[in-house]
Amino acid sequence: MKVAGFFLLIAGLAIVLSAFVLLSPNAPRGVFVLAGIAIQILGVLLAFRAHYTLEEER
Amino acid sequence: MQLQPVALTETGTAICMVCIFLAPLAAAGLALVNTGFGRSRSAAHSLLSAMSVFAVAVLVYMVIGFAFQGYIGRPAHLLTMGGRQWNLLGADRLMMRGVVFNGSTFSLVACLQLFSVGLAATIPLGTGMDRWRLGASCASSALLAGITYPIFAHWVWGGGWLAQLGGLASCGSGAIDAGGAGVVHAVGGLSALCIAWILGPRLGKYEASGMAVPGHNMVMVLFGCMLTMAGWMGLDSAGAMLFGGAAVNSLVLIAANNVVASSAALLTSLVVTWVRFSKPDASISANGFVVGLVSVSGVCWLVSPVEAAAIGLVAGLLVPFSVEFLERFGFDDPSGAISVHGLGGLWGVVAVGAFVQGRPGQWLAQAAMVAALLGFVLPLSYGLNLLLNRVYPQRIPKDGERQGLDMCELGAGAYPELTPVTKDYLSR
Repeated sequence: MKVAGFFLLIAGLAIVLSAFVLLSPNAPRGVFVLAGIAIQILGVLLAFRAHYTLEEER
Repeated sequence: MQLQPVALTETGTAICMVCIFLAPLAAAGLALVNTGFGRSRSAAHSLLSAMSVFAVAVLVYMVIGFAFQGYIGRPAHLLTMGGRQWNLLGADRLMMRGVVFNGSTFSLVACLQLFSVGLAATIPLGTGMDRWRLGASCASSALLAGITYPIFAHWVWGGGWLAQLGGLASCGSGAIDAGGAGVVHAVGGLSALCIAWILGPRLGKYEASGMAVPGHNMVMVLFGCMLTMAGWMGLDSAGAMLFGGAAVNSLVLIAANNVVASSAALLTSLVVTWVRFSKPDASISANGFVVGLVSVSGVCWLVSPVEAAAIGLVAGLLVPFSVEFLERFGFDDPSGAISVHGLGGLWGVVAVGAFVQGRPGQWLAQAAMVAALLGFVLPLSYGLNLLLNRVYPQRIPKDGERQGLDMCELGAGAYPELTPVTKDYLSR
């Protein structure tokens, strides 16, 4: 589960990068950037949750 | 639009050097804060670790790190995407052989970076208190100083893609972070998060009869905070001059903003803990003081004291809740480094976009910086530390943790008169 969280972090960065590289300044880049960061926040929460589950099992 | 290196006058160079001379106080203050938050039986180990980690980080950065970081206008590896050239990695000479230490802007940057990387490497120590082996902390700081820090610092301070966002993607002036809220503190704080993940909590912290593990010396913590402020003013001032092009007369504003933000953050944390626990909490309030400094450092010369107070207020509000949130998820962070430097640093990066006026699209560049911290620095730091843990286990054995790191790794404690059984001393 933690690995999945890290994949979400990287995926979020990829979306943000794509917004800057592929979209022109007139396009709604902000929406893509915010979507990328929202995915990263989900990734952090998933990784936190995985840590919590592991600690509980211990 | 081509990025240009900052040019300083002779007076500016002299004042910048004085500011850099103050920088070691920040690391000294952090070392005291970390030690005070730990157990008394690990105090000597903590301070020795702080000095060792600082030394390793400085040397590794000097040998390889600065070559990856470089500076604006220096050789770099470029990648062409979307018809534009993005600067990805510095390509300077190893061992700082490309730097002539003659007072040029480039040499001042190199000098400041030696202190900044040492400070960044000291941050995770607070999280690993009472259970992180000395050798492992040194090896981890070598990875931070040799790989993670210089790559990210190049993106922001070395003319890398985050700095280029202003010219290539019309995002304000590109990523702004003069004092290092993101480059120093968020990088250090996210590395601290990885260390907390890998080491796990201290013995007894989350057991059925779980207990709070209070710091052993709050006097040390609170004095460390005051010392930190002096160092911070130096780091912020030098950073603002070298990376933001701030004029000498704006250093007055930087000093005022530092004091105002830290005061606002301290009082906010104090009131929040007072309301929540019926009594003010000294440790969380101290964390509030430091997070105020962290959060304003990115934008220290671009906002008014009123805005600095607002930045500090939000930071001071975030810390108590973040500390509780992390505890709820099973993280053991004795000094609060993850909340103070990690979350505080991220807020500092966001605050630039929220408070800086007259630079349309600036928030996009700051958001990209946050995304790079979460999507690049965090996974890279975790991967490197996990790999290190496989090769060289980072956590001390259980017996050593019970005995205390002072006795286990150093053979003598910081407070010998408080040690009840002297035969427990290990031979050196």
